[in-house]
Amino acid sequence: MKQRGLAPYLFLAPYLVVLLVFTLYPLANAAVLAFQQTNGPATRAFVGFDNFRFIFSDPTFYQALKNTTIFAACSVLVQLPLSMGLALLLNEGKGRARALLRLVLFSPNLVGQIFVGVLFSVLFTARYGLVNRFLQALFGWGLEKQWLQDPALVMPAIIIAALWLYVGFNMIYFLAALQSVDKTLEEAARVDGATRLQVFWNVTLPSMRHVVVFVVVTSLIGSYQLFELPLALLSSSNGRGPDNAGLTVITYLYDVGFVTGDLGLGSAVGWVSAIIIFTLSLLQIRFSGLAEE
Amino acid sequence: MNPLRALVLVLIAGFVVLWLRAPSRPKTAFAYLRWVALACAAALIVAPFLWLVAAAFKDREVLNEYIFFPPLPWTDKTMNLENFRRLFAGDPSVQGKVYFWQYVLNSLFVTTTITVLQMVFCSAAGFALAKYDFRGKKPLMTFMLGSMMIPSVLLLAPLYEMIVELGLVDTYSSLFLPYLAVPYGIFLFRQSMLSIPNEMLDAGRIDGASEFYIYLRLVMPLVRPMCAAFCLVTFLGNWNAFFGPSIFLHTQDKLTLPVILNLYLGLYRADYGIFLAGTLIAILPPAILFFALEKEFIGGLTSGAVKG
Repeated sequence: MKQRGLAPYLFLAPYLVVLLVFTLYPLANAAVLAFQQTNGPATRAFVGFDNFRFIFSDPTFYQALKNTTIFAACSVLVQLPLSMGLALLLNEGKGRARALLRLVLFSPNLVGQIFVGVLFSVLFTARYGLVNRFLQALFGWGLEKQWLQDPALVMPAIIIAALWLYVGFNMIYFLAALQSVDKTLEEAARVDGATRLQVFWNVTLPSMRHVVVFVVVTSLIGSYQLFELPLALLSSSNGRGPDNAGLTVITYLYDVGFVTGDLGLGSAVGWVSAIIIFTLSLLQIRFSGLAEE
Repeated sequence: MNPLRALVLVLIAGFVVLWLRAPSRPKTAFAYLRWVALACAAALIVAPFLWLVAAAFKDREVLNEYIFFPPLPWTDKTMNLENFRRLFAGDPSVQGKVYFWQYVLNSLFVTTTITVLQMVFCSAAGFALAKYDFRGKKPLMTFMLGSMMIPSVLLLAPLYEMIVELGLVDTYSSLFLPYLAVPYGIFLFRQSMLSIPNEMLDAGRIDGASEFYIYLRLVMPLVRPMCAAFCLVTFLGNWNAFFGPSIFLHTQDKLTLPVILNLYLGLYRADYGIFLAGTLIAILPPAILFFALEKEFIGGLTSGAVKG
């Protein structure tokens, strides 16, 4: 490989321009904006730490943070084990049925969060909604459950919709990882008398830990950016839900920054969520072993 | 006894029978259980799709009467194209009537353009980083990987302000310009180009090929599978994009599908057949692309994660 004059710089030029103008400049601007109060993009006034003081004394923000954290916890503790279970079930199958099932389980991922929100806002309606009808047919529960109007049921509704959307997506990663696990190792453990569960826990899982960490951290990061799904699902209250029961951190940002029009406050919320996401990304680097390579 | 509970009982009975017939070898019973579990999961995933299709074609009068499809034979009174007819009848707006196909075309235009632009600029940058040695390469690589960690939400407020200052509000350029080249795409192209032997490029140079010719005619054809995967992922992501279009676009006849469907949701609350017909149309293009290129897509998704 040799240096070839201007050629590499020319190939990189569009990216460098985008990087400077649309990433670095806005990033610097975000740092300034967070300490200002704005009324739309036109007027700005320096307010010091007031934006952050406001956020951390606003009960609505804590409600948003709590909802988002509940969602993130359920993604990791409910959704990922289910994805892993499906991947394990599919991993032993063979042939066309397996390929078809993989395709079917993945297919909701083609539908964007907004469209899923639109669809599920009807599925969750009382009386004729599919969810209530299904639960009635299976367990004999009443049809009157107001999933999207009852504060206690709003988060479960969001989690169910997200589960439908993402369970197959994460399964694809687990499935790919399961196929790269060394079969002889599992075989050896089984010969030594280990049960299926022991083999999975002590051999299979550790040898796919990179992918597990990757998937856990990506779902955590994705969870903290949750916005479009509740926005469409709870569109009658602009994504907030009854008593802010469905408010997420990014919906809060959207509200204060773009609906109310204080981009300064919006930027400050952006920094708070950026710090959460950044910490999670660092965890990924720390635990995935990328740093050692 | 409703059919669903009857089905559950039959499935449990099947398991018990298999278990009792060969208690010493529970293998067949477990294999049976595995397929039942998978079939249930698949049914739960498919049900909302099936319901969506049914609702889009059902007449307004029978929308809530049947869970999925009305019983055969279907007549004009139960299943018809009324929802689609009303969907395409047009919305009144300040700019005059806007027809639904306008949003479909907008979405297709925006998504295709951004996919092509990103493929061109990401592959060019990836090529430079994979096959050249130049001053500042190392810091640039580090910087690029680091910038992947900047969450997009952080940049939204200042980006919006910038779009306003540049006078780009309500133009499609506001959607294209900030995302001409994304670090994730550059990185993927760089990784797939690393394995191309340098001797091949040098052979091209000896034959008098320009650097641009080498990129376009020698390197790009070799990473075609990567291109397909990248285009699919990018197309899907942008087809479903909501935040950017919803704050940068204002005029009704420029809106994209996710934005307009979110608006319809408030507009036609009780009359949901209409916006479900719209949703059905909106998920068709990605579905067609996906089923045509399924292998490349799944390969592209997992290539970043599993190799590490």
